[in-house]
Amino acid sequence: MQKNLLIKLVVIVGILLVFLYGIFGIPSKLSGDGLREAVLKHIRLGLDLQGGTHLILQVQIDDAINAESDRAIEILRDELGKQNIANADFSKPDSSRPDQVVIKGLSPDATTALRNIVNDKLPEFTASSGTQGTQVITMKPDVLAKLRTDTVEKSIEAIRNRVDALGVSEPVIQRNGLGGENQILVELPGVDDLDRAKGIIQSTARLELRESRGGPWTSEQEAMQAQPNHLIPPNMVLLHGRRDQGGGGDAVYLVSRTSVVSGTDIRDATTGTRSDTMEPIVHFYLNPGPAKKFADFTAAHMKGGPDPANLAIVLDTRVISAPGIEGQISDSGEIHGGFTPESAKDLAMLLRAGSLPASLHYLTERTVGASLGADSIRSGVKAAVAGMLAVMIFMLIYYRGAGINADLALVLNLVILLGFMGFFGAVLTLPGIAGVILTVGMGVDSNVLIFERIREELRNGKAPAAAVDQGFDRAWTTILDTHVTTIVSALILFFVGSGPVSGFGLTLIFGLLANLFTAVFVSRVIFDAILSRKARGAALSI
Amino acid sequence: MEFFRNTNIDFLGKKWYFLAFSLIFSTAGILSMIFWHGIPLGVDFRGGTLVTVKFADKPDNGAIRSDLEKAGMHNAVIQNLEPGSNEVLIKLDIKETNEAQLDKGTARIIQALDTNPQPGKQNINNSYRIGFSAVRGSLGNRDPLHAAPAEYDQLARRIIDFRDKEHSGIIKSMDVLKGVVPDAAVEALKQDFYTANYGVRGADVVGPQVGGQLRNQASLAVGFSLLAMLVYLWFRFELIYGVAAVVAVFHDTLITLGAFSLTNQEITLTVIAAILTLVGYSMNDTIVVFDRIRENVKLMRREGLAEIVNKSINQTLSRTILTSGLTFLTVLSLYLFGGEVLHGFSFALVIGILIGTYSSIAVAAPMLVAYTEWRSKRSAAVAVPAQGSKGKVRVKV
Repeated sequence: MQKNLLIKLVVIVGILLVFLYGIFGIPSKLSGDGLREAVLKHIRLGLDLQGGTHLILQVQIDDAINAESDRAIEILRDELGKQNIANADFSKPDSSRPDQVVIKGLSPDATTALRNIVNDKLPEFTASSGTQGTQVITMKPDVLAKLRTDTVEKSIEAIRNRVDALGVSEPVIQRNGLGGENQILVELPGVDDLDRAKGIIQSTARLELRESRGGPWTSEQEAMQAQPNHLIPPNMVLLHGRRDQGGGGDAVYLVSRTSVVSGTDIRDATTGTRSDTMEPIVHFYLNPGPAKKFADFTAAHMKGGPDPANLAIVLDTRVISAPGIEGQISDSGEIHGGFTPESAKDLAMLLRAGSLPASLHYLTERTVGASLGADSIRSGVKAAVAGMLAVMIFMLIYYRGAGINADLALVLNLVILLGFMGFFGAVLTLPGIAGVILTVGMGVDSNVLIFERIREELRNGKAPAAAVDQGFDRAWTTILDTHVTTIVSALILFFVGSGPVSGFGLTLIFGLLANLFTAVFVSRVIFDAILSRKARGAALSI
Repeated sequence: MEFFRNTNIDFLGKKWYFLAFSLIFSTAGILSMIFWHGIPLGVDFRGGTLVTVKFADKPDNGAIRSDLEKAGMHNAVIQNLEPGSNEVLIKLDIKETNEAQLDKGTARIIQALDTNPQPGKQNINNSYRIGFSAVRGSLGNRDPLHAAPAEYDQLARRIIDFRDKEHSGIIKSMDVLKGVVPDAAVEALKQDFYTANYGVRGADVVGPQVGGQLRNQASLAVGFSLLAMLVYLWFRFELIYGVAAVVAVFHDTLITLGAFSLTNQEITLTVIAAILTLVGYSMNDTIVVFDRIRENVKLMRREGLAEIVNKSINQTLSRTILTSGLTFLTVLSLYLFGGEVLHGFSFALVIGILIGTYSSIAVAAPMLVAYTEWRSKRSAAVAVPAQGSKGKVRVKV
C-alpha cells in the first residue's frame, strides 16, 4: 500500500515538472522578469492580447480561370491560322462562366479541325456544339476544381513569401477554415507599417515582357486611327500605361496578347540606380530556359534587325515602359519607370516573392493596438486571480481539510492546462483566459461531486476509508459523462469557431482533460496519503 | 460546514409554477426578438465598422456626435465603455463599410475627430497604427543623437511602453516624453508626430460577406453541439433522457438570447462562445441529476418515478447549489474585472448559469417524469381499457 502510494506520488510530481517545463522551459533568470519572459516565450499570445491585425482576403479565382481560357483562345487562333481558317470569332459571353469560350463563324470543316485541335492541344478542355451553329469549349470539371485549389494555394504561398520578406515575425497565413473555399486568413502580429503591408499583400505583381508594335498614343481612339483599316490585329491588344517621355501621364500602347517572359520566369530581382539619370531601377534575372527564349526574341526584334519592335514591360496589365531593344539580351534586364527608391525596393521584393495567380480583395480587417491588448491582459489576469482566489478560499472554509486537497488539485489543474498550451503552441486569447477561469469554476465541480458523495457515505455510517472509496467510485460515472459532453461542445467550438472562439474551445478541452486527471487521480492519492497516516476509523476532515 | 442536509423538497409538485416561469421568460424573449429589439447582432455578424477610441479626458458624446455629423456620418452609434476609462466605441453601419475600400469608415472617423490635424505628421496616440517600428523609423531617419541602432531600438521601445503600459495609450503632449528619453530625441520625433487629445486603439471592419458566414457558423456550432449531446445521452441513457436534456438546454439558450434582446445587448462572436459554454454547463448539471436518477431507479424498485426523481434532485441539491455558486463566483469576477471585451461574454454566463441550474431541476426532470407517466398511462389504457390506470410508474434503464 505505502509503496504503491509512493509510486503514484512520484508520477504526480513528474507530471507537475513536465508541465511546468511546458510553461517556463528552462528560465534564464529566476527573477520576476525572467519568469515572465520565459512564459511569453512558451505561451503564444493571441492578436487580441499582443496587438496585431487579422485580415480575411478573397481570391478572385475567376482571374486565374480567365487567364487559362485566354491561353486556350490564343492556341486555337494560332492553330486554326496554320490551317488557314481565319474568320473564327471567339468570345466569353457569360461573365459568370469564365471557363467557357464560344466560337462563332466556323464552317463544318473548320468545326472538325477545331475539335481535333482541342483533342490534341487542349486536353484541359472539351468541345461541344452550342446554339445557332456555335461551338463551345469548356474546361473539364476536374481541371477546373484543381485550378481553383491551386490558385488559392499559390496565392497563400505568394503571400507568405511577401510577408516573410517584410520581416513580420510569426505570421499566420492559411485558408480561412469554414469561411468559404476561396478565402485566405492572414494574421500579422504588430501593427506597424500596416498600410504598406496591406498594399504589398494585395499587389498582384504579375510582370510580363511583351512585344510592342506601337504607341504611346494619348487615347484608344487615337490608337485605332493609327491602325491600318482601323482594326487591331487579332494577336494584339491595346493596353493603358505610363508615358515614358514627357513626365508620365496616361498612354495607350499596342502590345501582343501573349508574353515573351512572365513573372514565373524570373530568378531574382534587385534594385539599383541608372548611371545617367540617377533614377531608381529594378534589375531582373531570368531562369535559363526563358533566358534563351528571350535572347531569341531580342535578337529578332532589335533595332536595325529584320523585324524591329519595342519591348513592353507590363505590370498587372499596365505598361510601365516600352523601350526599343538596343541589342540582344539574354538572362537579365532592367526596368525603369518613375520609381521612388521605396517603390523600386517593393517591386524587386514582389518579383522575387512571386506574383499572385489572381487578384485579392480584402473582406475583413481587425486591428488591435498594443495598448488595448495590454489592457486586456491586465483585466483578464486580474479576473482570473480574483476568481481563482474566491473559489479556493470558499473550498477551504466549506470542506476544511479536504479543501486543501481540492485547492492543490485546482493549482495542478492550472499548471497542466497552461503546460498543454505551451507544448501544443496553442494561442492564448482573451476568451481563452475566460476559458481558463471557467475551467477553474467547472473543475471544482468534480471535487464537489466527490466530496458531497463522501459526506453522504459518511452520514450513512461508513468508515472513512470505505466512504472515500465509495465516493470516488460512485462519482466517477457522473464525472465521465459530464466531461465527455462538455468536451464534445468544446471540440465543436474548436472546429467550427474561428480565431478567438477556437482558442477558447482549445483551452476548455485542455482544461477538462487536466481536470479529469487532477480531480479523480491526484485528489484520490492525496486522500489515500492522509488516510494511511491516520489510525483506522479516525475522523476525516471534510 | 454544510448548507444543505437531508433536504426534502417536492420539486415535481411545483412543476406548474416552473412551467409558468419558463413560459413567461421565453415568451418575453421571443416577443422582444420579433417585435422589439430583434436579435441585436454585433459587428462580427452584421458587418460594419467598429472603432475603439480613447480620449485624454472624459469624452463629450455630444461633441463627438456633432463632429461625426459634420463629416456626414449620421447613423454612427457612440457607446461609452466603463466610466473612468474615457473610452468610447464608435460604430458605423454596414452601408458605410465598403469591401473595395475597407478602411474608409475608420479613416473618416479619424478625420472627423481630429479637429486640429497637423499635415505631414501623425497622431502618436493612434496606437492601432503607430507602434514600435514607426517610432524607431522616425528616430533612425532623423538620427538626433548620432547613436547606435541598438540605442534607438531601446528608446523606441521605452516610448511605446511609456504610452501603452504607463499611460494606457494616451500621451497628453510630446514634451511629456522628455522625462523618458533625451530631449533631442523628443525634438526629432516632434517633426513626425504630434499628440491629439484622443487615440484610436483598435478598429474592426467586417464586410457583409464574412458577417453572413459567421452567422451561419455560429448557428451550426450551436446546432451541432446539441445534436452531438443528444446522441451521447441516447447512447448512455435512453432517448427520452437525451430529449429532455436537449429541450432543457434549448430552453436555456432561448432565454439567454432573449435576455440579450430584452436588454438590447449585442451578440458578438465571444457571446456565442459563452452560449456554447452554457450549453455544456447546463448539460453537465442535467447529467448529474440524471445519473442519480439512473442509480436510484436500480435501488428503489418500489417507488414511482416521480418520487425517485424528487429524491435524486434533493440528494444532488447540495452539489448543484455549490457548483453553480462557485462557477457563478468565477463568472462574476470575469464580469467585474474582465474588462469591456468580456462583458457580453460574462453577461451570457451569468444568465446562463442561473437558468442552466434551474432548468435541470425545473425543465429536464419534470419532462422526463411527464413523458414516462404519459407512456405508461397509454400502455395501461391499451392493456386494461375498462379501468383507468393509477398504477405506479416504473422506468426501465
